[in-house]
Amino acid sequence: MSLPEFWFFVIAFFFVGYFVLEGFDFGVGMLMPILGRHPDAATGEKRRRAVLNTIGPVWDGNEVWLITAGGALFAAFPEWYATLFSGFYLPLLLILVALILRICAIEWRGKIDDPVWRRRCDIGIGIGSWVPAVLWGVAFANIVRGVAIDENKKVTAGFFDLLNPYALLGGATMALVFALHGAVFIALKTSGDVHEDSVKIAARLSVPAVLVGGAFALWTQLAHGKTWTWLLVAVAAVALLLVVALTAKVREGWAFVFTSVAIVAVVVLLFASLFPNVMPSSTDAAFDLTIANASSSPYTLKVMTWAAAFAAPVVLGYQAWTYWVFRQRISSAQIPDSIGLTVKS
Amino acid sequence: MDALDVSRWQFGITTVYHFILVPLTIGLAPMVAAMQTMWVITGKDSWYRLTKFFGKLFLINFALGVATGIVQEFQFGMNWSEYSRFVGDVFGAPLALEGLVAFFLESTFLGLWIFGWSRLPKLVHLATIWLVAIGVNASAFFIIAANSWMQHPVGAIYNEETGRAELTDIWALLTNNTALAAFPHAVAGAFLTAATFVAGISGWWMVREARRKQAEFAPLSENGLTPQAPLPATGVATLQAPLPATDSRSMFRSAARMSFIVMIVAGGALAITGDIQGKLMFEQQPMKMASAESLCDTETGASFSLLTVGTHNNCESVVHLIAIPGLTSFLAENDFGATVQGVNQLQEQYEQQFGPGNYKPNLFVTYWAFRMMIGLAAGSALLAIAGLWVTRGGRIPDQKWFSWLSLLAIPTPFLANSAGWIFTEMGRQPWVVAPNLSGVDQIRLTVDQGVSDHPVGLVLASLVTFTLLYAALGGVWFFLLRRYVIEGPLDHDAHPHVDPPESEDEEPKQLSFAY
Repeated sequence: MSLPEFWFFVIAFFFVGYFVLEGFDFGVGMLMPILGRHPDAATGEKRRRAVLNTIGPVWDGNEVWLITAGGALFAAFPEWYATLFSGFYLPLLLILVALILRICAIEWRGKIDDPVWRRRCDIGIGIGSWVPAVLWGVAFANIVRGVAIDENKKVTAGFFDLLNPYALLGGATMALVFALHGAVFIALKTSGDVHEDSVKIAARLSVPAVLVGGAFALWTQLAHGKTWTWLLVAVAAVALLLVVALTAKVREGWAFVFTSVAIVAVVVLLFASLFPNVMPSSTDAAFDLTIANASSSPYTLKVMTWAAAFAAPVVLGYQAWTYWVFRQRISSAQIPDSIGLTVKS
Repeated sequence: MDALDVSRWQFGITTVYHFILVPLTIGLAPMVAAMQTMWVITGKDSWYRLTKFFGKLFLINFALGVATGIVQEFQFGMNWSEYSRFVGDVFGAPLALEGLVAFFLESTFLGLWIFGWSRLPKLVHLATIWLVAIGVNASAFFIIAANSWMQHPVGAIYNEETGRAELTDIWALLTNNTALAAFPHAVAGAFLTAATFVAGISGWWMVREARRKQAEFAPLSENGLTPQAPLPATGVATLQAPLPATDSRSMFRSAARMSFIVMIVAGGALAITGDIQGKLMFEQQPMKMASAESLCDTETGASFSLLTVGTHNNCESVVHLIAIPGLTSFLAENDFGATVQGVNQLQEQYEQQFGPGNYKPNLFVTYWAFRMMIGLAAGSALLAIAGLWVTRGGRIPDQKWFSWLSLLAIPTPFLANSAGWIFTEMGRQPWVVAPNLSGVDQIRLTVDQGVSDHPVGLVLASLVTFTLLYAALGGVWFFLLRRYVIEGPLDHDAHPHVDPPESEDEEPKQLSFAY
């Protein structure tokens, strides 16, 4: 395996990590208003906070996977980074706006004890969870499908070219699977009413997730896959089917393992379908961006390899430790009263 | 305006905005860590309250800093894709290292700090905030190393075949003398910013508390005298001991004294590192430093002007009204009689070397940004000196003027940071990668070569989107900071949280902190 090929796997690794971890963050954000529905406003608010606090200590660290993936892409494949980020300008702009709203909304929500304030923050969390989930799906599907790229490695496709059926199915898959992943995560991290309701939602989401996710995986395999990637399609399908069975039996721990496996399988399927291209051109195969023609110099890749070899295990270690520290389940009854200030002093 | 101008405006607006938030994060993290350390060592609740109080302000600010930081990484590719292709091999490495080494550290351990107050042993919890402080400062180092390469490219060669710069020596990039001078300068600026922030808020609170107490005790002390401020509705009942949470003597005086020291040390460090950086800049980017003085023609014993009229960009109209003789020469070479190259001569020299073109930065902006950067430091200096005086020998100040000085000083280092970056980035124009005059000749890029080939409407749409979004969030940021500052330390945080003993009944234990 050449060094650029190795870095293709590293990039895939960072995006797999990002989607597995931030995937349930997005799912939690999507389900917060649904699980927070309650006739009694105060109880509903405690439930919403219980849901949000399942990701409280970890969501920020999860998001760094994206930032590191972006930085690694820049360093290891400057041409890929440049073509992708300038070519997908509008979707990335929308993702950025959504992520900004989400970060501020999560951090600032509890700072003011006021229903209108909280409602606005919840809208920010909602936008910040749905929009990136769908658009990452659309973006990655388009990368695999190939967009119009000219001889100067520039994307000539417009925004609406990105909204083709395959890509929209990719967007729906990401949103649905993340919602399921989030529901299972909430079930795993809570007890009491929220736990019971999240299991129900997970069970209800699992069937459409199998259908939509399965269809997307199959389409990817038939249109872009390699022989061996049938294995990944099978793993994703079996994992999601197991989730259907496990949520029905309220085995959320194993269900979370298998939603994670399904996400890993689908994202690896996307990257494996790309290989050895990084951004195929639908204009002319001669204009394809490949691992070879988009990568950095051997020296840079060598430096980055050493850095990653030393830093990545440490990062994985302390992130895992964080999940261990906050392993306890929480219930809405454990949520303390808001210590936020009123709008006016 | 074309896509280049709009992209430059967008980069300028988003970056200056981001760097209003970042210095406070960089400086405040170690200060909060120091406060918590004092609490752990002394066991005094007042340090705990300070940690909690300034910790909250830190978190409100941190959120927006993180949010606007992602834009920074993305827009190199989005708006400056040709730049990214040209430099990615070199410039990408410190960005990736920042994510891997610094950003994971600060984000993960900040989560542990926020939620870990009663989950982690005291010392482990203290370590988490120190790791956050290390993370944010390491972050600054990698970003400055990347930026310094744009100011003074080293450790790279030019690949004729691909037409790109390629990294040959990561160590040279990380120990670029430009970076080694700029990093302590930027960090000293961040410490000055955070210390001025803490000192300003503490100063304002001390006066507020002192005057409130005077008002309460006044009717008792001198019969017949009217109180200086209206009594609270509860009247005599409030004459008892004030709430411990707002006891200014033990709390805000300590915070202020600590900050004054940090301000003085940081101010000294700023001056020294600034001087070193300036001398390097005279060598590495003489055009930038000539523009800083609007020095149109080469001069021996060049003076440093304090006030200049004219349009600057038209050399004929520039008239220096008040000037300190020889100072610019001294700044350049420690010699009042040294010869400093002028903008016009450098322009001729650059045309010969790099071909025809306009190599002059915007003189008006560089000239005034340079002066603002230096001049605004007076705000912090004044507060530190006055503050040390009015708090001497255990005193709590009650002077109205000190309260005003405290508030007015707070924005000055923020603006000075912005001015410094505007100076150094605008002074590099028209280069995005300035040529290293003693380095590899082909490693240089102007902004028009680096920009993405987007329709102007698309870039304009993103410029408007970011500007409106940032303005709205900036409003909320200010509202939250102001609200929490005025409220002061919360009763909720008056004493360290102690978990109630495990009870046998089914009642679940409440979380010590939750969003």
